[in-house]
Amino acid sequence: MTDTWIVTIVADGRELRVAPGTSVAAALLGAGITTVRRSVTGEPRGPLCGMGVCFECRVTIDDVPHQRACLVTAKNGLRVTTAQQDAS
Amino acid sequence: MTIATRSDAIVIGAGIVGAACARALAREGLQVLVLDAGFAGGGTTAAGMGHLVAMDDSAEQLALTAHSLSLWQSLRHSLPASVEYDACGTIWVAEDGEQLEAVAEKQRVYEEHAIASEVLDARRLYALEPNLRSGLAGGLLVPADSVIYPPRAALALLADAQTHGAVLREQCRVDDIVDHGVRVGGETLHANVIVNAAGADSGRLTPELPIVPRKGHLAITDRHPGFCRHQLVELGYLASAHVMSTESVAFNVQPRATGQVLIGSSRELAGWDAATNRGVLRQMLERAVAFMPTLARMSIVRTWTGFRAATPDKLPLIGRWLPIQGLYVAAGHEGLGITTSLGTASLLADLVLGRTPVVDAAAYSPMRVLAAPAAAR
Repeated sequence: MTDTWIVTIVADGRELRVAPGTSVAAALLGAGITTVRRSVTGEPRGPLCGMGVCFECRVTIDDVPHQRACLVTAKNGLRVTTAQQDAS
Repeated sequence: MTIATRSDAIVIGAGIVGAACARALAREGLQVLVLDAGFAGGGTTAAGMGHLVAMDDSAEQLALTAHSLSLWQSLRHSLPASVEYDACGTIWVAEDGEQLEAVAEKQRVYEEHAIASEVLDARRLYALEPNLRSGLAGGLLVPADSVIYPPRAALALLADAQTHGAVLREQCRVDDIVDHGVRVGGETLHANVIVNAAGADSGRLTPELPIVPRKGHLAITDRHPGFCRHQLVELGYLASAHVMSTESVAFNVQPRATGQVLIGSSRELAGWDAATNRGVLRQMLERAVAFMPTLARMSIVRTWTGFRAATPDKLPLIGRWLPIQGLYVAAGHEGLGITTSLGTASLLADLVLGRTPVVDAAAYSPMRVLAAPAAAR
């Protein structure tokens, strides 16, 4: 299998290489990133339903906030910002 | 729960107006009983934006809002954090040169009540609120206006009343008001002073009051901290609020402490139908997007409706109701009940105790409705 079958996204500055068709949520989980945002009271939140219903996996994708990571397919160069370190 | 068998005052309604009245009377040493048909702060209070605003629709309205704002400012540091008091100020947004010219008069009227304001040209407006659409003329910044979270504010006022001996009884619907008393489920509770602070429902208990529920919608977005930093209201708001017979919407947007954007406002006469009116909601959101185009990219996470207690002359009903012994009214605050709750309570306490109120009480007397011709009701 060649590199053309690999998609590279950037999550919080870190390159993640995943198979084509992988959702951003799956890419994050595969890289061990389970906390992608914080609740109003600062509690950790991450992907739960995986099908766009629970809204727990919201991240900033290419500067657009509150995108559901489970509904966005990884594309080369896509930039994800999570709140894994940020409690705000 | 046992009811205090003897109260000096019974306040009907534990919305923010009833809560403020209970607090004021309890602080004067009266034994106060507060009754609410539902839960404290759970009615119209929970449906409001919580915008503490100096409103200049009439001299009487400005006198009461200005007095109330000074009371809120003295109280703010003793309020719990849950009230989310945010002195964000209001910007009245001018769409064109004509509206901006009219702002000078608005500023002069505010000055008479010692309310500071600053005329903003377009450059300054966009420096403060870059997410407003281009092409606006400017605005008027009123820095002392603030935002609170109304249901928590009502609970805080009630908690203060309770530390001064007041007793709260929820899920207790008053059936009738009688001389120096109220009837609740076949039982009559007596008190020297009865206060009808039942908001939009106050006309059920005092049928002569010309109060009608004036429905409003609100919508709240997900969190976008810093999207706007002031309560933003179009200068056309007063015209929208004043037209009584038709549906109206106005651009009225507020930053919440959570980073969410609270979007209002609509007005319609729809009886007690609490269902979302999609047509009105759409108009309201389109109006908001017309002023802040990037709002269209945000998700609305909740919409709800509520019922303002509207009076025909746009002024609240505060004071003695002579046909029934011991009865006072503190109701009919329309869209200003959160702001004017404290002023109402101070006025009411002065009247109950026979003092001369700081603000001339005559304009708010509920007795005016008996003098008004029926056509005006």
